[in-house]
Amino acid sequence: MGRKILLDKINVPGIKSYEVYRREGGYASVEKALKMTPEAIIEEVKASGLRGRGGAGFPVGMKWSFIDKKSGKPRHLVCNADESEPGTFKDRYLMEYIPHLLIEGMITSSIALEANLSYIYIRGEYMWVYKILERAIQEAYAAGWLGKNIQGSGFDLDLYVHCGAGAYICGEETALIESLEGKRGNPRLKPPFPAISGLWANPTVVNNVESIAAVPWIINNSGADYAAIGIGRSTGTKLISASGNIKKPGVYEIELGISVEEFINSDEYCGGMETDRPLKALVPGGSSVPILPAHLIYKTANGDDRLMTYESLSDGGFATGSMLGSGGFIVYDDRACIVRNTWNFARFYHHESCGQCTPCREGTGWLEKVLWRIENGEGREEDIELLWSIQSKIEGNTICPLGDAASWPVAAAIRHFREEFEYHVRFPEKIKNRDHFTHEPFDKVRHLVAPQTV
Amino acid sequence: MARINELVSHYPADKKKSALLPVLHEVQDAHDNWLSIELQNKVAEILELKPIEVYEVVTFYTMFNQRPVGKYMLEFCQTSPCCQRGVEDLMDYTCQKLNVGIAQPTTDGLFEVRGVECLGACGYAPMLQLGDYYHEHLTKEKIDQLIDDCKAGNITFYDK
Repeated sequence: MGRKILLDKINVPGIKSYEVYRREGGYASVEKALKMTPEAIIEEVKASGLRGRGGAGFPVGMKWSFIDKKSGKPRHLVCNADESEPGTFKDRYLMEYIPHLLIEGMITSSIALEANLSYIYIRGEYMWVYKILERAIQEAYAAGWLGKNIQGSGFDLDLYVHCGAGAYICGEETALIESLEGKRGNPRLKPPFPAISGLWANPTVVNNVESIAAVPWIINNSGADYAAIGIGRSTGTKLISASGNIKKPGVYEIELGISVEEFINSDEYCGGMETDRPLKALVPGGSSVPILPAHLIYKTANGDDRLMTYESLSDGGFATGSMLGSGGFIVYDDRACIVRNTWNFARFYHHESCGQCTPCREGTGWLEKVLWRIENGEGREEDIELLWSIQSKIEGNTICPLGDAASWPVAAAIRHFREEFEYHVRFPEKIKNRDHFTHEPFDKVRHLVAPQTV
Repeated sequence: MARINELVSHYPADKKKSALLPVLHEVQDAHDNWLSIELQNKVAEILELKPIEVYEVVTFYTMFNQRPVGKYMLEFCQTSPCCQRGVEDLMDYTCQKLNVGIAQPTTDGLFEVRGVECLGACGYAPMLQLGDYYHEHLTKEKIDQLIDDCKAGNITFYDK
């Protein structure tokens, strides 16, 4: 059994309530943090090697150390609970079943940042979770963990939940701040970074739910204890949201460093493929990261075991690797059509583009339209090159990473599944139904588009 | 109004605008799940904003409806993991059963079927959202039951 840090108490009956959470040792990290200096807390988190769990993987302690404490402006901690990356549903699980863990993490982290007004920005669709958090926050106020002079320490903290209203882009930290200010979610140019000028132009740190929820354990134990879990720079545990064609979809906490093969096939985690059909492809870190074909899932291009770490999943760069991202682990069996799936993602990004930068606003629409045409048997031979050209013109040319996130899945699909695109273009009559690979998986017809050899 | 004042109190006194999204949710929930121009103007007045500051936000976020919608809005997640688990067939089934197209309220105004983007329930796919709640691991039978419950007025869809 892997070690559990975030979910070890999740099955304790009544853990949602303050009484049970406190009885199980909850809020101990706040008591400890109140006796530490803010610098010492930040040092512990730095020593833990904890990396941002929202997708980018930036070290949390380092992000904290950038916050401007000299200007004397009010500081804010904002928790990013806008979880919208397709394939990711871990934060919701954490907030729904153990809400006080996030609140405890918010308080401890706010002490480190010397922030007196903090927010949890949750996506509007998670309205029932918003209510769960609001009630939990009221309990925390009533018990003296929030408000003025917390536990007699002289430290004040107000914490509120703020809800979004259906915009993927608000998961980007500067768009999230704009949205929290009551505006459209258009990302800001960086610099200035939020650590200098964020919410209401005050120094602000934005962290993912899972990152903040890991802080209490680090403070209760130590940064070194946390760093002892995992491999290399992938320290600690990570929540993986497993979905797609597997026997047991759900949220799993893993020690970073177990193999992808173990994660998919062991009964402790995904339990193998849904109907024992062959594994065709894997999106390991949410829809934005490159899709991997079967032969690059269990082994890297060098033949090493592929591990669930930031480094191993990105081994081989985009040519033969992918990314751990947010841990949105989507598994596809041989019924999946990669063209249709890529179109599905492209539609998502087109819908979610904020419209601020031309390459993304226009390019995502083009990607969607061209992919739709291919998927519906109206594709042309030159469309594959056209897709490649469009995605290459979006990537790197936008204010925020949504443009890159829209490009990468398309590029990876063409890189690894080009024959499937060619099949769609050349045999439109065979792909008329949307479940065209259910009865006749691509492997059975691959020979039709195989390059001729002499 | 008490709830609106409470929401405004979550932000510094000179940052009332920050309360815009939560207030719009509250107002929309209290007015048949859509925001008329009149309501948007009213929100602008309450938060001391120019009307355009409200309009530009309402048009940006997909959860704000700008026209009357079906009372029971069945919002199916149609992103990849749900598709992988058959949501498209269920959407077709629901539309046929209700005899409507996507985003087209039934003539009695009771139902509307919509396709939306990832709702963060990929492991419990296929799924739909109705009001504040998710309905997961859907099957045709579950959809039949849900529609019957709605017709009988036998369902809670706001957490107030």
